[in-house]
Amino acid sequence: MKRPSGPFLLLGLLLILPLMLRDAYYQHLMILVLMWVAIGSGWNLISGYTGQVLFGAAAFFGFGAYTAALLSSKLGVSAWWGLPLGGILSVAIAFPFGWICFRLRGPYFALATLALNEIFRHVATIWESLTDGMIGILVMQTFISKLPYYYVALAIAILSIVTVDVVMRSRWGYYFVSIREDQDAAESMGIDTLYYKMLSLCISAFLIGIAGALYTNYMGFIDPKVVFSLHEISIMAILVGIVGGVGTIYGPLVGAFIMVAVQEIFRTGGFGILHFIGQSTGWPFMSGVIKYVSEAHVLSFGILVIVVILFLPNGIVGDWSLIRKFLIKSKKPAV
Amino acid sequence: MEVFLQTLVAGVLKGGLYALIGLGMTLIMGVMGIINLAHGQFMMVAMYITYALFHFFGLDPYTTLIISMPSLFILGVLIQKYLLNPLMKVESILPENQVLMTVGIAMVLTEIARFIFSSNYLSVRTSYSSSAFYLGGISFSVALTVAFGFACFLTLSLFWFLIKTDLGRSIRAVSQDSEAAELMGIDSGRIKVITMGIGAGLVAAAGTLLLPIYYLFPDIGGPFTRKAFIITILGGLGSTVGAIFGGLTLGLAESFGATYIGMDFEDLVGLVIFLLVLLFIPGGFRRFTKV
Repeated sequence: MKRPSGPFLLLGLLLILPLMLRDAYYQHLMILVLMWVAIGSGWNLISGYTGQVLFGAAAFFGFGAYTAALLSSKLGVSAWWGLPLGGILSVAIAFPFGWICFRLRGPYFALATLALNEIFRHVATIWESLTDGMIGILVMQTFISKLPYYYVALAIAILSIVTVDVVMRSRWGYYFVSIREDQDAAESMGIDTLYYKMLSLCISAFLIGIAGALYTNYMGFIDPKVVFSLHEISIMAILVGIVGGVGTIYGPLVGAFIMVAVQEIFRTGGFGILHFIGQSTGWPFMSGVIKYVSEAHVLSFGILVIVVILFLPNGIVGDWSLIRKFLIKSKKPAV
Repeated sequence: MEVFLQTLVAGVLKGGLYALIGLGMTLIMGVMGIINLAHGQFMMVAMYITYALFHFFGLDPYTTLIISMPSLFILGVLIQKYLLNPLMKVESILPENQVLMTVGIAMVLTEIARFIFSSNYLSVRTSYSSSAFYLGGISFSVALTVAFGFACFLTLSLFWFLIKTDLGRSIRAVSQDSEAAELMGIDSGRIKVITMGIGAGLVAAAGTLLLPIYYLFPDIGGPFTRKAFIITILGGLGSTVGAIFGGLTLGLAESFGATYIGMDFEDLVGLVIFLLVLLFIPGGFRRFTKV
């Protein structure tokens, strides 16, 4: 049997990439992409494969992030212990939550996760004696260089992709997909749907929780507004999932790359190109354009969601055959 | 006792407006079977329309109802027709595509508002914004009472419309069983478009009525979307009578929470009630109403 070499080539590329890209800014972007790969994979497992749409990925992300931060600020333990512990504690939250809320189906479950996210955000804001509320928690960064963070993030991204891949190749994977396709049919075939939905949610929460702990370690600062943010985390996770491809292994990778790229292109005004044009031509209105473009990244997210759902409902990886057909057709219209 | 009564009154008045928000959401939920996560953003758009009319033309906020409601009706119609209805033909893995679409719409509306009006807090100050009258030692905010009156009127009109007119009957038929309704010759696509328009119009009214006593900034839609779905879940998805009870419950819960637990907990109370209702009375208050 021929083993596909693509993933290993990709892995090799990712391993040497930061050594070639010396610029700290691009390394930072790569770390963000890898973090989003982990979150996107987690989201994809429960939502894309198991069909239970998770609207509150930030609940687990923030929980992981706060676990790491509190370990360091309250217990004086290294925040790196947050990586395993954040994942495990996220599972500890996911477990009772899923136990209770998996009785709800479809949109009801999605709303319950949204409520969980909001509740955590409010609790983290109000419980000032523990979390310092809106002030947030500062954690000392361990390394000055970005490289160690990059490799940790890479390891987590690989862990998440491999986990999803292994799970989806196993018997569990088939159960998950059968639940997504028709829960009643799955139940009547003798699949314990509650059990397998829980399993899927717990694995997802673990991956997302680890990503949250990584965020704390890397950024060195968290507050409830950022890590429990509905827009910045929960919706971004959904976007990474659906832009890349719902229910595909490499979808989150593609999605994470595109979303972080889109975010940064807008935030930096096309990586400074607009700024350069403005300076070299001396057009006075360019500064206004730059200002608007840098404010437009959420708008671009919204438009991207609408366009992707309308035209590529299964994402870039999921609808790759469609895209390829379209590209080939537009190249040689005679066929 | 006085504090209790005051809290009760404040809760009921607020609940009237919440009911108006919830009614639109529940209509959309009943007919389309989706949760409209852009609901609060519709409200935000209506508030900006009211603000602009007040600011540039000096129109009284209540007068602007005749402009904000039709505009939002049209916005809802356009969104349903060109963005949501096409999705029903698209094959995709996730059934919640339409819900995700409304999230995208919500983001776009918020950001467009931010482009036009910037992120600054705005408010509409009228002579009656902060005035109040007293009945037996309990103060009634004038603006809130007027808003409550309008809300009752609109709710009653909606019920008259749903029960007495052909269109209203068609809407109820589609919400009960859209396939059967189609077999009876109802164009369910058209009904969906109209329902979205009505839902948007109702929440527009709530936004306009709320503006004299509230403030306005582009992100205000999010919290109200959350409130809208809490109300809808409390009342039972798709139940119009339930939405009224849901709105009143949320209004009361928030105002009692704010008085007796603490201002910080106002939003948390709603969410906790939401989860409790989901868990213990799934289907919401609809169980008790049979409507």
